[in-house]
Amino acid sequence: MSKNINVALIGNPNTGKSSVFNQLTGLNQKTGNYPGITVEKRQGVCRLPRGVKARILDLPGTYSLNASSLDENVVVELLLNKNDKDFPDVAVVISDVENLKRNMLLFTQIKDLNIPTILVINMSDRMNRKGISIDAEKMEELLQAKVVLVSARKNEGIDTLKQHITSYKNISTLPCVSIASIDQDYFASLKRTFPNQSLYKLWLVITQDVNFARIERQKMEAQDATHTRSRSFLKRLQQKETIKRYQYINNVLKACYNKDSAKATDLRGRLDRILTHKVWGFVIFFLVLFTIFQALYDWSSVPMDVIDTSFAQLSDWAKVNLPNWLAPNLIAEGVIPGLGGIVIFVPQIALLFLFIAVLEETGYMSRVVFITDRVMRRFGLSGKSVVPLISGTACAIPAIMATRNIENWKERLITILVTPFTTCSARLPVYLILISLVIPNDRILGANLQGLVLMFFYLLGFVMALLAAFVLHKTLPKRQTSHFVVEMPNYRIPLLKNVIVTIIEKTKSFVLEAGKIILAISILLWVMASNGPGATFKNAPEIVAAQAEVTDANFEQKLGAYKLEHSYLGYVGKGIEPIIRPLGYDWKIGIAIVSSFAAREVFVGTLATIYNVGDSSEVTIKNRMSAETYSDGTPVFNLASGLSLMVFYAFAMQCMSTLAVVRKETNSWRWPAVQLVVMTLIAYLGALVTFQYFSL
Amino acid sequence: MDLTLADLEIGDVATIESFDVEQLPMKLIEMGCLPGNRVNLLQVAPSNDPLYLNISGSFLAIRRETAVQIIVRK
Repeated sequence: MSKNINVALIGNPNTGKSSVFNQLTGLNQKTGNYPGITVEKRQGVCRLPRGVKARILDLPGTYSLNASSLDENVVVELLLNKNDKDFPDVAVVISDVENLKRNMLLFTQIKDLNIPTILVINMSDRMNRKGISIDAEKMEELLQAKVVLVSARKNEGIDTLKQHITSYKNISTLPCVSIASIDQDYFASLKRTFPNQSLYKLWLVITQDVNFARIERQKMEAQDATHTRSRSFLKRLQQKETIKRYQYINNVLKACYNKDSAKATDLRGRLDRILTHKVWGFVIFFLVLFTIFQALYDWSSVPMDVIDTSFAQLSDWAKVNLPNWLAPNLIAEGVIPGLGGIVIFVPQIALLFLFIAVLEETGYMSRVVFITDRVMRRFGLSGKSVVPLISGTACAIPAIMATRNIENWKERLITILVTPFTTCSARLPVYLILISLVIPNDRILGANLQGLVLMFFYLLGFVMALLAAFVLHKTLPKRQTSHFVVEMPNYRIPLLKNVIVTIIEKTKSFVLEAGKIILAISILLWVMASNGPGATFKNAPEIVAAQAEVTDANFEQKLGAYKLEHSYLGYVGKGIEPIIRPLGYDWKIGIAIVSSFAAREVFVGTLATIYNVGDSSEVTIKNRMSAETYSDGTPVFNLASGLSLMVFYAFAMQCMSTLAVVRKETNSWRWPAVQLVVMTLIAYLGALVTFQYFSL
Repeated sequence: MDLTLADLEIGDVATIESFDVEQLPMKLIEMGCLPGNRVNLLQVAPSNDPLYLNISGSFLAIRRETAVQIIVRK
């Protein structure tokens, strides 16, 4: 049999769903987006016994089928649509052994859709420590479903799970709770109108709009006048439904689940007393941030040096050894330095994703949400804004998507608008190279001075984000009140495999996305720098040779500089020089700024390309930049111009992808336009003040 | 005056009495905030807001403005 089985992994957040997914698929997975929306879609392939293949779809974490966010809605939409190509043959509901009761609520909802369902009880390795015992056979009998005890951490139970998936056809599809029992009259009349439909599905469709007004559903017959009831009527029914489900679950658990509290160790309580403490909680939070930023610097310098040198050598090699039809100059001077400008930051970006993954996986992030909520609200934000603001240090795009679980629209909008101020990994290349050029590598009180300056710029980003939020908070109208509910998950040691998969996946997509833009821009730049209008460019060798101070020794260098100045790119740079002169930049930096308006990380690559075209006597990008001088011999990159550039990059909105995501998430061009204009203005003024102050 | 969740001290255990279903998000109800269930106030953040609770085995945090909607009995 060659048919593939469609498997959907469904579960509450914090149940280790991703771990089970990673165990089933290994690195045999790919991430994309659901069509038209920015919800991440993770799919993978799993080989089952007897040569059967399963396509595993890892659905976004959801607490119930009563969706309250875009992510959760993806799950409901899929499960209600039998014609979807991803519609599961079998649903695997992942639960956490310590939160079994609450996790099973979702299980009963899925099973009521008449889909064959397997209940995975994950983290079974913790049962002993928590004094929990489960009679799985009895449970299977009561639930009329397959139940598997799994420990993704120890790779136990995965084979049993695979066997159950293979023989999914034997699983009963009987529902757990009869929806009609909630309100006989209401459901009887529904049944009369739609005799052929599943009542529970109808009920989900009807309540969907109560929960989640955003979906524009194609005219559902179920909404005809006779069945339209008030919001509060439907919500009361939903509450009754929830009570019914818990009664069912309690009955099942009473017969097959036992917890001996005397055996349980209270790790959560002990850690919470410190980590959510009114004073220590904040002290620890700042220590954690401080450690991360120091580590970003200290751990990555060696691999970065290696990458920098290797690309320089590769470039030299390409110039000499590539055949002519491959355009060796374009590759050696345009493509390789451009790509090198991004690959060099892989160590740091990977480290950043590592720390964020660890903060999330351990459960610490929720504690930060808890202790910061009140403070953040003063700025019109929510405690939940902390997660986007911290993950914004990796990349604003996933960070802006992570704002979806902020219930209050105004708090969410403000978070979206200010997140691009946080120091994303694309700014890191710019900061790193400038810091290493203009800040001495000294130690102050044992801390690395360059690391401290870097931390200052991260703080500057956060402070600016808070200030902007405060201004927006005072100016934007209040729309609605809504509720803040945050689950406080158990503390866990992060699973190495999960962390590694996250780092590889995220870093890969960052490099590929950025790589595409950088490749295109560096080719364009090289072409513009290698060609020029009119006779001044074409006759460059003769003009340079005629200059008095030119000797045989410096002819090549002078020629390169002259050609660049009179190329198309040179004219562009010269054209904007008057505007950026007060900020301390020359026309070459001007070119780099212009080209990085699409994406910041292009900055270093552009400078690498430009300086490579002009001069080939220095090997690495950094050496080339520090050798750059004005005609009077003063260096282009000094403390004032370096800091001014960093301030400019700290505040400017130079990322097309972020603007596109903001447009998607706010559903209007107005907000990205506001971001672009206001942030660029702040960047210009900030850089102006910085340069003028430090040049005094 | 009814006693609400927001009036509890850290460490207090109480029973949920009633609430206006329209005032609470479905998510909170589904996490176990139902009449008759036990609730334990574990911790409060600076300025006494938000509140960190154990409601019938679910550990979660809600804001004071939500907590005042939930009437409890000690």
